Amino acid sequence: MSVDVSKVASTNGTTPATAKGGNTAGAIATWADERLGLGTAMKKNIRKVFPDHWSFMLGEIALWSFVVVLLTGVFLTLWFDPSMTEIQYDGSYDPLRGVHMSSAMASTLDISFDVRGGLLMRQMHHWGAMIFIASMMIHMLRVYLTGAFRKPRELNWIIGCLLLLLGTIEGFTGYSLPDDLLSGTGVRAADGFMKASPVVGSYMSFFLFGGEFPGDSIIPRFYAMHILLIPGLLLALVAAHMLLLVYHKHTQWPGPGRTEQNVVGYPMLPVYAAKAGGFFFIVFGTIAMMGGLFSINAVWKYGPYDPSKVTAGSQPDWYMGWPDGLLRIIPAWETHIWGVNFSWNVILPILVMPPLMLMILMALPFIESWITGDKREHHLLQRPRNAPTRTAIMVALMTFYGLSWAAGGNDIIAIKMHLSINQITYFLRGAVFIGPVIAFIITRRWCISLQRHDEGKLLHGYESGVLVRSPEGGYAEKHLPLPEGKAYTLTARDDDPRPETAEEIEASGVTGRHLRLRKLRARLARVFFSDNVQKPTAEELHEAQHHAEHELHELESQIAAGPNRHGPAEH
Amino acid sequence: MLVCGLLLTGGLYAALAPAQADTDQSQAELVKDGRELFLVGCAFCHGQNGEGVLTQGGSQYGPALTDVGAAAVDFQVGTGRMPMAQPGSQAPRKEVVYTKEETAALSAFVASLGTGPAIPDKELYSTEGMSDKELEELVARGGQIFLANCTACHNFEGSGGAMPRGGYAPKIRGVDSKHIYEAMLTGPQSMDTFSDGNIPPEDKKAVIAYLNKLDESPSYSGFTLGGLGPVSEGIIAWVGGIGLLVGFAVWIAAHTTRSSKKKDEAAA
Repeated sequence: MSVDVSKVASTNGTTPATAKGGNTAGAIATWADERLGLGTAMKKNIRKVFPDHWSFMLGEIALWSFVVVLLTGVFLTLWFDPSMTEIQYDGSYDPLRGVHMSSAMASTLDISFDVRGGLLMRQMHHWGAMIFIASMMIHMLRVYLTGAFRKPRELNWIIGCLLLLLGTIEGFTGYSLPDDLLSGTGVRAADGFMKASPVVGSYMSFFLFGGEFPGDSIIPRFYAMHILLIPGLLLALVAAHMLLLVYHKHTQWPGPGRTEQNVVGYPMLPVYAAKAGGFFFIVFGTIAMMGGLFSINAVWKYGPYDPSKVTAGSQPDWYMGWPDGLLRIIPAWETHIWGVNFSWNVILPILVMPPLMLMILMALPFIESWITGDKREHHLLQRPRNAPTRTAIMVALMTFYGLSWAAGGNDIIAIKMHLSINQITYFLRGAVFIGPVIAFIITRRWCISLQRHDEGKLLHGYESGVLVRSPEGGYAEKHLPLPEGKAYTLTARDDDPRPETAEEIEASGVTGRHLRLRKLRARLARVFFSDNVQKPTAEELHEAQHHAEHELHELESQIAAGPNRHGPAEH
Repeated sequence: MLVCGLLLTGGLYAALAPAQADTDQSQAELVKDGRELFLVGCAFCHGQNGEGVLTQGGSQYGPALTDVGAAAVDFQVGTGRMPMAQPGSQAPRKEVVYTKEETAALSAFVASLGTGPAIPDKELYSTEGMSDKELEELVARGGQIFLANCTACHNFEGSGGAMPRGGYAPKIRGVDSKHIYEAMLTGPQSMDTFSDGNIPPEDKKAVIAYLNKLDESPSYSGFTLGGLGPVSEGIIAWVGGIGLLVGFAVWIAAHTTRSSKKKDEAAA
């Protein structure tokens, strides 16, 4: 018996093998490795495994669009002049020549009309930013709906929420920089929001603007935030987000061979690096194509900001649309107490709701683990249907978001769909409250139905599409057993924990506040898991398999007997 | 008003003086024709003498036309807004029903009912014969006047905007210069009247020149997505951008290290 030993090291030496002979590339690599320790660092990471699924690439869209935004942003800083010094425009765009405007606006026009490739870069920067925030959101939805936020990933969830917040602020400051009519209208709105804060509002506004609105320092201040402070924070948090991703390892869908202890997928090199690297170019190309084809923020049409001017269709970028929508539909509620004005119509939609929504978002993993009492580590994902209440909570939040969002475009909806803006407003006032409840109920029942469908497939097989006519003349569709791999995947989930009963809690001897909390928790857990379908037991599955085999035999003998036993024999 | 009145009187005199008798007669005929058309097409809502018709509830069925002037009729009928096809929150612009001659007759008849602005002469809104430099200055000034007075309802590039209770400020791109001038002069439907004291004729011409410049200019930046601002941009970012990129993500994830599925199956 001969063993191939050509691949086995010939020594027991402790120094790593190095390239022999006059290979230049090898010599350079050795030189670098001896000084930088690249080999050791890469040995582990170069083969790091990532599971493959399209939904795992949504965060990548965010990462790559962020890179595009950074690159195009650097280009724009070379020409943008963040100054509110008033000058007379003298560039290439005729209809604004001679008009007084800030240097910021004039340099934005110069980038658009006089810098080669400038308009493309501006539009790519803006489209990239829109895609960046949108992809963060769909990534977040994926993480939530598959339960990827569970222990040990709760902190990464929080970092993700902070990234979303910072991305939004970054977007708003960028929207404000060109100092065009839309920018100024947005900044004026922000000024109003700050001033709506009771007591301290006007101080905050004067502090931010360096005096009365608009002053001449808001653009330079936003600029510092936009190109230095927030991108720095974003980069740091993106780095932390990804380091934690590497440290936790990526979650994966359950399936044969996949456990809580392993990751099944492709190694970083050569497969995943090629896929991810290729995706970068696709994202870059898509954003470049959008920048080249679709107009975004045509500042020359808005003209320079002037507090006396405003335009119909003044909207924020999409990610600020939902608070704007709430602002549009809230009734004009105000109270005056001791000479202090409380503008609830501004405070509630703008100063209360966005921070509240963010806090709800950040708290979701903790609320869920408190209710379910699940403190275990999870690396296998859950299908949205297998956590019906969780899925329904997110869909309810999405419905609230979507309706508020629609309210932000109520004027455009009115003119494009020939509706009355008043009726849209009245409808949405009710819908933002009722819609999420309806969405919650429908989603939850839908998920449970899907669970039942899965159970049916496991116990009775899948619908084969084979119709069999019985000797009596009745027709029935044959159900055939699922392939073992599929059956495994469907059953590779935990049973829901059984919530404590009131008697158990009483018996545990806790008293006072703790008792009430535990009872509340148990009650919430019962609601959370109620009506869920648990996976079949092993005995049930065996029995089902037995039955299925019998069915299969029967079908096979029927097929063997031929289809025309009861019909004409020959054609 | 005074300037306008003097201009109008002078202009009319210059135009009409040599053939006074003829024009008087043709004017009378025009009014007579207009009255006949009016009785058939307009009187049902506006009353036989243009005095307006009230509903039982006391609101207007059709407003009085005694002092709207020829410009209002020329605008409403000339853009197809009148006659209305059905009552509603607003009369939409639609296919024009009356010929030019009939519109002129209707205008003459309504003008004869009382006061009101006349149909503007072409030199009030036409930029013909201006030098490039003059035109450029006019356009730049017009843009600023447009942004100060018009965009709040009609949107920054004249794409239109919403008004309360189903009303709307219509899209004003690709509209005849004369009709834009008349709209400013007469304030149709929910629009304000921009009298000559408010926006002098020269400034009205500047606004029209700016709008025409927008029509003539390329978009510079690609498809304008209806010129509606951030709402349509957001829709494109989500449907176009995210939609496409998620599609690519699905495509990438669907492909393994093997170059094709057939090979994969053959190997298995």
